[in-house]
Amino acid sequence: MNLDLEMLRQTFFEETTDLLGEFESSLLRLEDSDGDKEILDRIFRCAHSIKGGSATFGFTAIAQFTHSLETLLDKLRNGLIKANAELIGLLLESLDQLTALVAVEQGLVADAPDSSALLARIELAIECAEGDPDPDSDETLWRVNIRFYPGAGCLRQGTDPLLLVSKILEGGPSLDTSCDASRLPGLADLDPEACYLGWNLEMLSTWAESRFREIVEFVADENQFEIHAVDAFETSTAEPLGGAGSMSSRSNGDFLGSMGGATEQSEDSAALTAPKKAPRTAAPSASSDNHTLRVSTDKVDKLINLVGELVINQSMLNEVVQDFSMEKLPRLMEAVAEMARGSRELQERVMGIRMLPIKHAFGRFPRLVRDLSAANGKLIDLRTTGEETELDKTVIEAIADPLTHLVRNSVDHGLEPPDERIDSGKPEMGTLALHAFHEGGNIVVEVEDDGRGLNRDRILQKATERGLVAEGEIPSDEAIYNFIFHPGFSTANQVTDLSGRGVGLDIVKQGVQALGGSVTLSSTPGNGTRFRIRLPLTMAILEGLSVSAGGEIYILPLTSIVESIRPKSGDVRLLAGEKEVVLVRGEVLPIIRLCSVFGATALVTDPTQALIVIVENDRRKIALMVDELIGQSQVVIKSLESNYRKVDGIAGATIMGNGRVALILDIAGVIQRSREASEQLTLAA
Amino acid sequence: MAKTALIVDDSRTMRRMIALSLGRAGFDIIEGGNGEEALAKLAALPGGKVDLIITDLNMPVMDGFAFIRKVRLQASTRFTPILLLTTEGNESRKAEGKLAGATGWIVKPFNPDQLLRVIDMVVTS
Repeated sequence: MNLDLEMLRQTFFEETTDLLGEFESSLLRLEDSDGDKEILDRIFRCAHSIKGGSATFGFTAIAQFTHSLETLLDKLRNGLIKANAELIGLLLESLDQLTALVAVEQGLVADAPDSSALLARIELAIECAEGDPDPDSDETLWRVNIRFYPGAGCLRQGTDPLLLVSKILEGGPSLDTSCDASRLPGLADLDPEACYLGWNLEMLSTWAESRFREIVEFVADENQFEIHAVDAFETSTAEPLGGAGSMSSRSNGDFLGSMGGATEQSEDSAALTAPKKAPRTAAPSASSDNHTLRVSTDKVDKLINLVGELVINQSMLNEVVQDFSMEKLPRLMEAVAEMARGSRELQERVMGIRMLPIKHAFGRFPRLVRDLSAANGKLIDLRTTGEETELDKTVIEAIADPLTHLVRNSVDHGLEPPDERIDSGKPEMGTLALHAFHEGGNIVVEVEDDGRGLNRDRILQKATERGLVAEGEIPSDEAIYNFIFHPGFSTANQVTDLSGRGVGLDIVKQGVQALGGSVTLSSTPGNGTRFRIRLPLTMAILEGLSVSAGGEIYILPLTSIVESIRPKSGDVRLLAGEKEVVLVRGEVLPIIRLCSVFGATALVTDPTQALIVIVENDRRKIALMVDELIGQSQVVIKSLESNYRKVDGIAGATIMGNGRVALILDIAGVIQRSREASEQLTLAA
Repeated sequence: MAKTALIVDDSRTMRRMIALSLGRAGFDIIEGGNGEEALAKLAALPGGKVDLIITDLNMPVMDGFAFIRKVRLQASTRFTPILLLTTEGNESRKAEGKLAGATGWIVKPFNPDQLLRVIDMVVTS
């Protein structure tokens, strides 16, 4: 029961997150749409669904808030209020409040800001609406408990108690409905025309008590009808879900249907109270949303198909292997090949489950850009392309923050205020574009603006001040632009609300690199800046080159490999008598012996007999010396950290076809290790 | 299937007015000027059944209380909802009517909406 409830809550939170996203995007579109009815309806439905769900789960704060919001939205879609900028602003604030309230219930944050001020403004906006206010919506939402015992004679007076119960239930979403049959006598004493039943109802409603009393006016006196408010979570004897007939009880016929079990109602409700408290306290830790994944049924169906094929394959193999003789060899090989194809496809599809369209990460930007542009008086047209490009869920989650940073950066520093744009002969409205697309085995995400571009001279000046560039040295434009990724590097003269605190682009770079990606930028003065983030498709599988060194197998990420060579004897030199370098087409690259980095004994010590893999990290090339190349393959990354401990220079491990473990190299870490080792050597000498 | 209502009142105007409101709500209407006449109309119906009875209390020949008691004794109308037409503040008549077997009441004067709201509370749709 606990688990089911928890799963349902989980579903509710997932759905609510989607709804909030849709709410927001629709709201932003509303601004340009001149009150499009369809958009208004969609927004209303979002609020309505959230209200319904939250009421079911007893999230009173959310339900109450959405209730008011829904009333306002209803007026809006009925044309009683106009959707002006002010109102959209109010709705956006409400959306934020709602998001905060949901986060509290999810246990993601401890506390949400108080809703009352916002609610007052919503109420005010509702009152401003022309036309009669809906009398039903004037009252506050309360959780009400009703005991209704219509009395033995009610049937003989032509009263249908079920009719009244269903009328009562029209007052709002029901949380619990149970029929009390404890007064039902034995068959011998039973008067078939008497009503022995009573009903216990618990619901959320906006109706005043008088309205409920009106319904039972003809039948009930004091002791036949009790109504009182319930403090949402403490005194309730109701189970929000799965209690006696609670979900289906809205349909008339069910009240009697649930009667059979209702004789044990007292024990029943006691049993229901206990598990109810548990999920509420357990919720914060269990319900953070990063453990679940919503997958389209389409993808799941394809997987099931594939598994089916694999099973068939396997039985084919079985058949071939039984009474195996050599003439069956071609069939065996065929079956194995088929099996390999199937499992490869299965692997791809399973990986595909984790893939989400990047619009999940892009989705937050229309709002962000709107808020930012409103805050600093810029006109910005946000365009996105390639929103359907799929990325690993982990990557999507991790890329959101760096992307936000870049977008903020473009809005704050890149795009100019309207007057400045007009002065430089550009359209008043600046363009900020987000692109996502596949390129090679990677996903590229670009953040591009048509603003003023980077100030090359200022960056150079700042870099010189900070000693990143020697006085008088003129690096390439590209190198200059890349200084903005240095920690603490900011060319902003003043710190604004948005960015320019000097923490920023280095974090972006770190974030992207942590994902195994890279970030580059290009800029044309006066014409804008383009940041380009290159990301791996997934973090679970790595395209790697296996090499052997000192008898061990290592995997090099293919993305960092430039080429591999076997140097001629003349090309390997000793610099200053100790540092080994190799000449590759005129370029001098330092040699790092992989074996010495990890303290292994190399089987090949002569560089001209060994293999040199040229790898690139952080725009610097390094010649990595290994014994032998083995081959290229896809490997599944297993965390070394969680299975053993973190080792510098090792990004993870994988299990190879022969069952042995191979270590996956982290090139930056390897370089770092070798540098430390050589420093120690120097010190020792 | 259309529902049938029996309206019992000695005032033709009142019967007309109620019939008009109920007719608009989709009821077939049968009328009686007093209790006896109403019982006869009821007996003439196939099965002797209606879905709703609305009756005045003060009527010649057979008054409302007597009519309700008779109706409740017939198997076909034992559980039929019966609404009384009463005037404001006549609590003792309401209580008496309930004792006789009425389901509820509507206080005169009323408008069609009020009437339909009360009916909605006693007739299963």
